[in-house]
Amino acid sequence: MRERDLIIVGGGPAGLSAAKIALESGLSVTLIERAHDLGGQLVKQTHKFFGSKSEYAKTRGIDIAKILIADLEAYSSKLEIYQDTTVLAMYPDHVLTAIQGRNYMKWKAKAIIIATGASEKFLAFENNDIPGIYGAGAIQTLMNQYGIMPGSEVVMVGSGNIGLIVSYQLIQAGVKVKAVLEASDHIGGYLVHASKLVRLGVPIKTNTTVKRAYGTTKIERIDTVRLDPQWQEVEGSEESIDCDALCISVGLSPLHQLLSMSGCEMIYINELGGLVPKKNEQYETTMPRVFACGDVTGIEEASSAMVEGKLAGLMASYSLGYEHPQFETLKAETLHQLQNLRQGPCGIKIRQGLEKAGEAL
Amino acid sequence: MIEYYLESGEEMRIVEHPILSFEKQNELHFTYNGKALIGYEGDTIAAALHDNGIMHYSNSIKSHRPRGFYCAIGNCGSCNMRVDGVDNIKTCMTPLKEGMVVESENAEVTIDA
Repeated sequence: MRERDLIIVGGGPAGLSAAKIALESGLSVTLIERAHDLGGQLVKQTHKFFGSKSEYAKTRGIDIAKILIADLEAYSSKLEIYQDTTVLAMYPDHVLTAIQGRNYMKWKAKAIIIATGASEKFLAFENNDIPGIYGAGAIQTLMNQYGIMPGSEVVMVGSGNIGLIVSYQLIQAGVKVKAVLEASDHIGGYLVHASKLVRLGVPIKTNTTVKRAYGTTKIERIDTVRLDPQWQEVEGSEESIDCDALCISVGLSPLHQLLSMSGCEMIYINELGGLVPKKNEQYETTMPRVFACGDVTGIEEASSAMVEGKLAGLMASYSLGYEHPQFETLKAETLHQLQNLRQGPCGIKIRQGLEKAGEAL
Repeated sequence: MIEYYLESGEEMRIVEHPILSFEKQNELHFTYNGKALIGYEGDTIAAALHDNGIMHYSNSIKSHRPRGFYCAIGNCGSCNMRVDGVDNIKTCMTPLKEGMVVESENAEVTIDA
């Protein structure tokens, strides 16, 4: 069994940011990533980020991933990275087990940071299991990472920022977006994204959702249905749309399983996307020296995940007696950045969620 | 001699893109349920199948309904297939290799003693 100061589970924006801070603080770090590439979901995000310069605004997600990875190069003597490696379990004595191919591994850590991210939600409708019905993130992976179109004519379900951005990326890849469906009475994402689509001739249909899909080994067509203000189906409002792929973009939920099964106290908070770990101001869960950051603690943007990663890295290092040379400054800065990211009308949901979790900001 | 080919007329590869560039890599040869197909270096198994116009990977355990991938990042298990005789391989995350034998799973998979 290998012994390390800190093990970070997840090599996305949160995990990579945490690793940098912990290494700067002087810890030996093991970073474990399930996928082949580091960077998490940044590796398929071709759009430029919003926000302020400290969170890489105006930089494309794919380039932010490269920056975060390059930031770790200086510390290669104290950092080991395991890619294509899935963590199987975490135990109260800080033992972690993982599998890489057919290779079983075991570590004991002084502290652990869980930054596993999130998974895409699904939607209930008739024949929702026909091949060709994909999550929005899956379509981004296929297109932007592997260069393969999901189909030639796609319908998008959901008009949040992901739904709108992926629709635009589909058009950039040469795919026709036949419609964006939105069950509520208003567009969920930023209007700047929505108006880009409308200018390109994509209809955004509010109060409308998918009722059923047709096809056997491949999707061929869907029926849509209109919803009234009480979210009840309007009789006689069904319409058919031919398509060879359907994209589901109805939100994300935290990948909480590792924390849940290890006995961390969890709370279900709708505004944060589902089950999240209870944590204190030090980003520590109810398991001592097990920290959590990023989407696994509540669904937000990659920008917040990076900032939370820094905070968790600071706190984990501090808990082991390794105070970062700029501990106080960095702590104040990152808390201020988080506050900025969560302010305004777009941050309402996350603010309400955090309040329910007992974490005022 | 097996003849490998890309399913005709089904090429799904992006040729032009305003932000990304995809250079065609070396050809790889593999089979899907006995059918000889072509993929490229850097593809996952799922991506290569999709490029061949194949979205139907396996069948559900109970009702044998067709299954494709859903999340493409290893969460959902919908893309599991038998690869080189090994069951339950996440094809969305597994790189394609020369000569791979990829097969649909149509029943519950059990662990051999």
